Amino acid sequence: MAQTQVQAPPASTCLEVEGVTLSFGGVHALDDVALDVRHGEVFAIIGPNGAGKTSLLNSISGLYRPQQGSIAYTPAPEAAPLPLIGRAPHKVAQVGIARSFQNIELFRGMTVLENLMLGRHIHMRGNVLTCGLYWGPQRREEIRHRAAVEDVIDFLEIENLRHQAVGTLAYGLQKRVELARALALDPRLLLLDEPMAGMNVEEKEDMARFILDVNEERGVTTVLIEHDMGVVMDLSDRVAVLDFGRSIACGTPDEVRADPAVIHAYLGDAE
Amino acid sequence: MTELLELRPDADTLPKLLLRNARERGDEAALREKEFGIWQSFTWAQYAERVRNFARGLVELGLERGDIVAVVGDNRPEWLIAQLAAQAVGARSLGVYQDSVASEVRYLIEFAGARFVVAEDQEQVDKLLEVWDELAGAADGDGRGIEKVIYYDPRGLGSYPHDFLLDFSEVEKIGRSATSSAEDDFERWVEATAADDVALLSTTSGTTGKPKLAMLSHRNLVTMAHSFQSVDPMQSDDEFVSFLPLAWIGEQMIGAACGLLVGFTLNFPEEPETVQHDIREIGPHTMFSPPRIWENMVSDVQVRIEDSSWLKRKVYEWALGVGYRAADARLEHGAPPRFVAMLNGVANAVCFFWLRDKLGVRRIRRAYTGGAALGPDIFRFFHAIGVNLKQIYGQTEVSGISVAHRDDDIKFQTVGTAVPGAEVRLGEGGEILTRSASVFLGYYKNEEATEEALRDGWLYSGDAGYMDDDGHLIVIDRKKDVMELHDGTQFSPQFIENKLKFSPYVKEAVVFGGGDYPFVTSLVTIDFANAGKWAERRQIPYTTFTDLAQKPEIYELVLEHTAGINGDLPESARIQRLLLLHKELDADDEELTRTRKVRRRFIADRYRLLVDALYGGGDAVEIENEIAYQDGTTAVLETRLRIAQPATAG
Repeated sequence: MAQTQVQAPPASTCLEVEGVTLSFGGVHALDDVALDVRHGEVFAIIGPNGAGKTSLLNSISGLYRPQQGSIAYTPAPEAAPLPLIGRAPHKVAQVGIARSFQNIELFRGMTVLENLMLGRHIHMRGNVLTCGLYWGPQRREEIRHRAAVEDVIDFLEIENLRHQAVGTLAYGLQKRVELARALALDPRLLLLDEPMAGMNVEEKEDMARFILDVNEERGVTTVLIEHDMGVVMDLSDRVAVLDFGRSIACGTPDEVRADPAVIHAYLGDAE
Repeated sequence: MTELLELRPDADTLPKLLLRNARERGDEAALREKEFGIWQSFTWAQYAERVRNFARGLVELGLERGDIVAVVGDNRPEWLIAQLAAQAVGARSLGVYQDSVASEVRYLIEFAGARFVVAEDQEQVDKLLEVWDELAGAADGDGRGIEKVIYYDPRGLGSYPHDFLLDFSEVEKIGRSATSSAEDDFERWVEATAADDVALLSTTSGTTGKPKLAMLSHRNLVTMAHSFQSVDPMQSDDEFVSFLPLAWIGEQMIGAACGLLVGFTLNFPEEPETVQHDIREIGPHTMFSPPRIWENMVSDVQVRIEDSSWLKRKVYEWALGVGYRAADARLEHGAPPRFVAMLNGVANAVCFFWLRDKLGVRRIRRAYTGGAALGPDIFRFFHAIGVNLKQIYGQTEVSGISVAHRDDDIKFQTVGTAVPGAEVRLGEGGEILTRSASVFLGYYKNEEATEEALRDGWLYSGDAGYMDDDGHLIVIDRKKDVMELHDGTQFSPQFIENKLKFSPYVKEAVVFGGGDYPFVTSLVTIDFANAGKWAERRQIPYTTFTDLAQKPEIYELVLEHTAGINGDLPESARIQRLLLLHKELDADDEELTRTRKVRRRFIADRYRLLVDALYGGGDAVEIENEIAYQDGTTAVLETRLRIAQPATAG
């Protein structure tokens, strides 16, 4: 029910992808892809296997460098757009873009708390000397970051896991910690790569609720890749469909569902 | 005895006690809640201030004397603030178990005619919204029905459009801004509260039907606290962890009433999942839990010890043996022989001290169990490891306690002797009757049940029991559950169930026998976590609960335990046949009460087919089990449950 209210008056563009082409040798992973994500929305990217969804996410977060096209990110409605292509991943993180990975990328031997503190690394100012002394401003900084991390822990309801090693947690919980780690960055734009892959129904419901809460209460624009169509259609304000590296449709869930090109890509032709 | 009943007029209601504490020790910690990983304290002055604001806010919103404020949620400071604010105005609070399903919440709120509901979070608010139309349509005779829902965890509720939803802090703000116009309103209201006002409506456990609402006055609760404290005094710098539902009289009794009287610090855990950890951090001086919590602790220890190394296991076994000897001697003669005491000292140093530390009971002066019978084996275990665990007996209708063990007079089989101010005697058929200033005023809107339970000032408990030679009360079971076996012996299903439940692999047991049943049988549910671990260690593959429960190895495990029990039982009371249920008993399916008591009759009815099979000749029974999936579709699963026969030779 909350969904309908989020669509504020014509939202400005948060992320604009234009004519992006990414090739590995002769393979076009992305071929002239274009889409735009507006501030405050939940935006889903769907498509059959190998359609280039993760490649697109990697291009946004700076892991891949597309040969052509532009990706522009506008941190706030009034701000000037920043080009992302060519920016190293840690520089992308610094402008407020966080992501999670399809295959969990956490430090398995470290506790949940330590992983999350690490997630705030980009905001930390200290160096070897000040951290070694751990006094005055450095101490206050640590406390400030811990407070931010505790806020995320509270938000995602993982209080009971704080001191557990990530590697010992169940898969669904690791996924949640992965989301927490991304949130610890305090992002304005969150990229989630299959946040619900491999989860059971209950875990999916929890995760869906968290994604909506993150979007609504923390005002984070969210781009997610997901295979579960039910989830996508329920969660997203708009959906883009990729097929063989090209964007073939973009619109509200209902529009996309009715699009003949999408039906073709997913189901093939009737003949 | 009577001096106890004379309450000082400036300290005879809970809100008055709150203000007294705020005056006398305003800057000491009253409440502590773990939030964001840190224990955050409120002083008595802050506590009283929040109650004042919330009470004023409620009055601004239209709360009147005699109204009912329902509270539903996990244990948080706001729960008690809401309750005290209602009581300060002369309204009554009604606690609803936080795990109740929407229809149960609806029943209680509708039946009580609550006008305000304080609900913790989105989960609870969603339940109310689910039944909102029915609730709003059910205004009582005076046109009084539910008006406002006040939540204290705004997470996820920001976009709810309903105008009857209010944030707790919003109400406090209304109260604060109303302050300037009427400076001493609040003090006047509190002064006007009288000992005989109804303070709370407490739900009875309802093992047989819909829960009833017992009306407890301030006098009931405050005299109960006085008399409890005269037996086992607590101190104002004690710590207590409030983690059991505040809708339960047990938590109200110590957490709310004794807390206000004595002024110790109440600690609220971070989340239900972190309770164990939080208890350990706080190190409470007193704990009161139903048997389930103590049973879980013992199971946990047993399972972990089995998982540990050979050496640790041997040390534990040796230490426990010594501990048992010392505890038995201590309870029988007051002090163990010198040699045993010495060994026990060693056992304490190498094992018990660390075990208590792990369990979070290192600082415990007194631990209590109540609400249902606790098996003597569990009792003995805790005394062996040096935890002073005692039994309390009482019911919602006597504000929680009428009989208790004294420190130097503990017997595992008994519940102790009457507390000061309470008289206990036995009525017809051994029914336990109680008379004291803490006996309730009656059931809310239920004259008939009141007349049955309350006669000439005596509370007819419905429990059967007897007195032993030392004047200790022994509770057998619910009077209607006590059966006579064919050879004439009295038989209490609960007694045998408790023995079954001592196994860490058994979660619940429902024993049948006596009356129309020719012999004794039992339905047993396994403890999924512990039995699962056991199976894993032996590399026995399993998928679901049903699958695990039907493994021959698990049957063997339970049968072996049952055979041991049978050895201790008189011949006619031995369990002849049993089966392992395909599902856990669940309060949502009405098989347990919200305080996790087995609803025997309901289960006998629901599993009629299984019970019949237990008394039939076959060695298995097929059941069809309808399962509702989350997407609304249902499917019928057929399961074959084996019936096994434990060894019954003595």
